[in-house]
Amino acid sequence: MTETLNTYRGGPDEDGHFGLFGGRYVAETLMPLLRQVEASYDEAKNDPAFQAEFDDLLKHYVGRPSPLYFASRITEHCGGAKIYFKRDELNHTGAHKINNTLGQVLLARRMGKTRIIAETGAGQHGVATATVCALFGLPCVVYMGAIDIERQAPNVFRMKLLGAEVVPVETGSFTLKDAMNGALRDWVANVDDTFYVIGTVAGPHPYPAMVRDFQCVIGNEAREQIMEAEGRLPDTLVACIGGGSNAMGLFHPFLDDDGIQIVGVEAAGDGIETGRHAASLAAGRPGVLHGNRTYLLQDDDGQIIEAHSISAGLDYPGIGPEHAWLNDIGRVEYESVTDTEALDAFQLCSRLEGIIPALEPSHALAHVLKIAPDLGPDHIIVMNMCGRGDKDVFSAAAALGVSL
Amino acid sequence: MSRLQARFEALKSEGRGGLVTFVTAGDPTFDVSSELLAGLPGAGADIIELGMPFTDPMADGPSIELASGRALAGGQEMSKTLAMVTTFRQVDADTPIVLMGYYNPIYNYGLEEFARDAAGAGVDGLIIVDLPPEEEDEFSVFSKAAGIDIVRLIAPTSTDDRIGTLVENASGFLYYVSVRGITGTRSATADEIAQNVARIRKQTDLPVAVGFGIRTPEQAAEVATVSDAAVVGSAIVEHVAAGLDGNGKPSAGLVSDTLAFVSDLSAAVRNARRDVAP
Repeated sequence: MTETLNTYRGGPDEDGHFGLFGGRYVAETLMPLLRQVEASYDEAKNDPAFQAEFDDLLKHYVGRPSPLYFASRITEHCGGAKIYFKRDELNHTGAHKINNTLGQVLLARRMGKTRIIAETGAGQHGVATATVCALFGLPCVVYMGAIDIERQAPNVFRMKLLGAEVVPVETGSFTLKDAMNGALRDWVANVDDTFYVIGTVAGPHPYPAMVRDFQCVIGNEAREQIMEAEGRLPDTLVACIGGGSNAMGLFHPFLDDDGIQIVGVEAAGDGIETGRHAASLAAGRPGVLHGNRTYLLQDDDGQIIEAHSISAGLDYPGIGPEHAWLNDIGRVEYESVTDTEALDAFQLCSRLEGIIPALEPSHALAHVLKIAPDLGPDHIIVMNMCGRGDKDVFSAAAALGVSL
Repeated sequence: MSRLQARFEALKSEGRGGLVTFVTAGDPTFDVSSELLAGLPGAGADIIELGMPFTDPMADGPSIELASGRALAGGQEMSKTLAMVTTFRQVDADTPIVLMGYYNPIYNYGLEEFARDAAGAGVDGLIIVDLPPEEEDEFSVFSKAAGIDIVRLIAPTSTDDRIGTLVENASGFLYYVSVRGITGTRSATADEIAQNVARIRKQTDLPVAVGFGIRTPEQAAEVATVSDAAVVGSAIVEHVAAGLDGNGKPSAGLVSDTLAFVSDLSAAVRNARRDVAP
């Protein structure tokens, strides 16, 4: 179903709903705190001084704007559409995650919070949080699934180097969703002094909207840059989706532009048909987890099913509630890409462009490689290269049968 | 009069606070859990909280999370949890049962269907940890029609304004979460609890039960003197865990040992004199 709205950018409503999705499904202990975060964020976003400090740090500390790069050799390889990469992998810490952690930690300081906690999957959000905490001298505790700690060892070391404490989570499936449970439990127990920096456009209201707003710098820059490069807006946007923050950051500023095709790419793991995947839109159904209603991988009894993806950053059984809504109203298309397809794209990009992408945007690239050949040379694709692949060399080597 | 109302009236006339016991449905197996459930009233439980297992129990500590895991590994499902209540009701018409858990398994079951089937099984109330009043309307329309109370949680972080919102449309009783944190970890002092219960009573005539962090008969007795009931969960569930052998199989003494602990809790609560009038 597709409905026509004046704007796709007006959500959420005052209780944090995007249509059926979103909301605030949390234990009562957290409700007063969420209201505080919401009130403080509303105030901060209307405060020019807050925005100015955020912008200044994005420029001088993170290194924004990130370039919009015409990937000529991949374009040539595909022989169809013109392919641009929004190079958020060039940000300080190597991914888009720091746009958000910077914003949230600035907010935490404004609220007088003295301790920061975060969850992490691939470790990129944990590193980005630990980095900003080091910058401001704040203690930082990062919850991380024990399996992810194993497959993302370089990031674990980086977080520790940055002064963060990394707490292994050994419940459930030992991955991102369990890390989120761990962080929520910490928060419930330490509500007075602690701020929870959520890494994606999920969780209870106001997080999905707040994280989106901080990430919108990606799409806002991309608009200006493509106008400069091509004199017009792109035809297609592509980004990978775990929780969906890099995608939302790129997509949101374009949602109201008629005629721009927007595609989110979920992780199909071993293939949707095998049941071992992380494609909650393709194979899940609406449910409630981690404070919001969204599409979830769940069994017949409403128990959450473990997600599977070669990419730790996409290995989550849910998706941000705004994506769930954009899916249902038909404004954004959601596709999926398998581990194998992502690994192929990972290698191709390394060889053709001299860019080793993270396994997460390798999924987005794999989809671009599928569609670009059938499109004409006037068709412009902008893909979010949201992270670099240094962190993935060990797991990619293992998957490719290379011992290091 | 509902079973919950009748039970709190009876406690009042006995001049004591009640004991609310929590066990997870299906932990460690459907059969052992059913046997345990059947034995709770005889051991002195005034009200039974029956946990609906969930893979991601975010507000619970390790003891109850492990209990959920054991139940799910043993094949527990929502329909089996309701079947346990149906069986229990065939022999006990008076002890109130409150199901406690998370929203997703209920949402997944179907809101109208769940309210209907839970009421049909003999469930009296529901505690849905992650369903605040702001999100509750879509479900409470059905639970009300089915005559099931939604028991609201009140936290130490709840302001007086917030307590006002929480007691509005509440029924059955209120559940004061006495600590900032997850189940079974820290404990609050009796003074703190008494002050907060008084703060809640200013805004409602509903009974107030207190839980989270109550681990011993002495603590239960103390809490029962300053509130309408003490809830003990993790400590009971840990007795279930202690009754498993090295292979995770229930030992012969699991049910009797767990019920013996419930009897100790009950004796302490029954002997405690109320020093604060409700």
